[in-house]
Amino acid sequence: MTSALPLIDVQDLTMAYGDFILQQELTFSIAKGSIFAIMGESGCGKSTLLKYMIGLKRPTVGAIHYSGTNFWKSSSQDQIHLLQKTGILYQSGALWSSMTIAENVALPLQQFTDLSTKIISELVDLKLALVGLEGFADYFPAEISGGMRKRAGLARAMALDPDILFFDEPSAGLDPISSKSLDDLILELRDSLGATIIMVTHELPSIFALADDSVFLDPETRTMLTTGNPKTLAKESDISKVRQFLSRNTQSPKGLPQ
Amino acid sequence: MATECTLLTNRDNDRLCLTFLGSWTIHTPLCSTPDIRPLCSPDVKTLCFNTDNLKQWDSRLLIELSRIIDLAISQSIAVDDQGLPPGVRNLLKLTRQTRDQQSTAKKTPRFALLTDIGNQTLRFFKQSHEMLAFTGEILLAYSRLFLGRARFLKKDLFYFLYDCGPQSLPIVTLISFLVGVILAFVGAVQLKMFGADIYIADLVGLGMTREMGAMMAAIILAGRTGAAFAAQLGTMQVNEEIDALRTMGINPMDFLVIPRMTSLVLMMPLLALWADFIGILGGFFIGCLTLDISATLYYEQTVKAITLNHFSVGLIKAVVFGYLVAFCGCLKGMQCGRSASSVGNATTSAVVTAIVFIVIADASFTFLFNIIGV
Repeated sequence: MTSALPLIDVQDLTMAYGDFILQQELTFSIAKGSIFAIMGESGCGKSTLLKYMIGLKRPTVGAIHYSGTNFWKSSSQDQIHLLQKTGILYQSGALWSSMTIAENVALPLQQFTDLSTKIISELVDLKLALVGLEGFADYFPAEISGGMRKRAGLARAMALDPDILFFDEPSAGLDPISSKSLDDLILELRDSLGATIIMVTHELPSIFALADDSVFLDPETRTMLTTGNPKTLAKESDISKVRQFLSRNTQSPKGLPQ
Repeated sequence: MATECTLLTNRDNDRLCLTFLGSWTIHTPLCSTPDIRPLCSPDVKTLCFNTDNLKQWDSRLLIELSRIIDLAISQSIAVDDQGLPPGVRNLLKLTRQTRDQQSTAKKTPRFALLTDIGNQTLRFFKQSHEMLAFTGEILLAYSRLFLGRARFLKKDLFYFLYDCGPQSLPIVTLISFLVGVILAFVGAVQLKMFGADIYIADLVGLGMTREMGAMMAAIILAGRTGAAFAAQLGTMQVNEEIDALRTMGINPMDFLVIPRMTSLVLMMPLLALWADFIGILGGFFIGCLTLDISATLYYEQTVKAITLNHFSVGLIKAVVFGYLVAFCGCLKGMQCGRSASSVGNATTSAVVTAIVFIVIADASFTFLFNIIGV
């Protein structure tokens, strides 16, 4: 819990699919309690970076440290312990389709805690109430809408009260109002629970409303262009590509309405 | 675990104060919570909290507080939440807000035995209706095909022809050879008793051509290709690929079902023929090796026993079985729901239905051919 040590420290990471190098020389750190955005054009490797950070893919070059521990060099017991402290919201919810919403949220609690069934069901109700899905506990994922599935995914990600929450495109496919209320919920969770939030997104309103810090990936140079607070970057970055990406909102082009 | 959680109660005139101690997290399973219900007597006016010595908290504390606050509200006791950490206050407010909004959401009914029986009966009628409708759609699709208006990829047709035919040969060969061997062995034991060894050739020949060749090929293809069809179409349904075809003006029956069904109906008789041949070969081996029948004698006996009629019976069956396997695979795939488990259900149901239909059809054919004397 020492504040000097960053919660997540990415050191000289190279991401590759086979021989194809997607991104290299990624170095940045994420402070505890911050909301961190991974930005960049489509196809630059944002979601892949997330996969590396949540331990789905093993880095070939470089390392990722969590409060000083290297995930891939710890024992499998420590790995499970570390994974329990992280919650992940996948792009389309990734709910287990053979289980009801309540069972989806309850599964991690049943597997990793010694709580009684009654307390688990109360916890599940609480999480569903937090994301505004109370009353949908007995529905199957196929029976609810995409936005609700996303919120159910969030309830499952929060099941074990994780210290770190990862979001893959939290507001993709949501209408502006739902997207805004999800943003508010994310802020509320950070402020109340003190969780660190890492999100992959290219929704500018969300980036500006939430992120304290960010990294910008570029598909052409295949490395990161910059890091920092998106609001500051939008104004002061000396890289035109970053300014262009972040100013799309303020310039309000003729194309689609924001 | 070293950490513990405790709740202390403290009564001060008309105020009831609850003190939370230790760490209230989901990893501390047992918390000593006194029953506060009797303490909420009518003279208690306010409920307050003290969390100064609370080490850690998470949702575990929230559910406890939720329960206490619900109780307090039901007893019309005012709740003073100033003693709670600000994060707890915010989250409680958030859960209460959404609770009010969502209270109208309906719940799905739980199943009871009678409801279950009723639902199954209704489902049976619905399925029969769907099968008839699907048969009609297939008929329409083929009539479009013969009018030259069906759209599908020739490449697909060739792929499925290759997949149903040559790709299934090894497994069909193995199984039908062994079936021939089994038939010969079973027959040999009986026929040897009255010295009619040579009729083993008749038994294997007739058995393979009339029954087992087509049946075995059909059952193998039901498990291999029928299941694959259901899984492919089911996954396409999950990914909305079938909707995409439909909205583009391409009829999924033409585009997806015709190539699959055509190739299976064309390939099944060929596979059955191959199975007949290999099965007879299996019987030949057993006849020659264990019964000491000479190879030429066995050959001549087989040729004498099997007439074109017997082959036609097998081939007619094979065409029908091919249709049934493709029908079940495509029907279950097209009807698939939108989840991973429904793809599994579609696949299982495709294989089971196909095998049931194959056996029923086989029995009916045998009965029919027996009556007309073929």
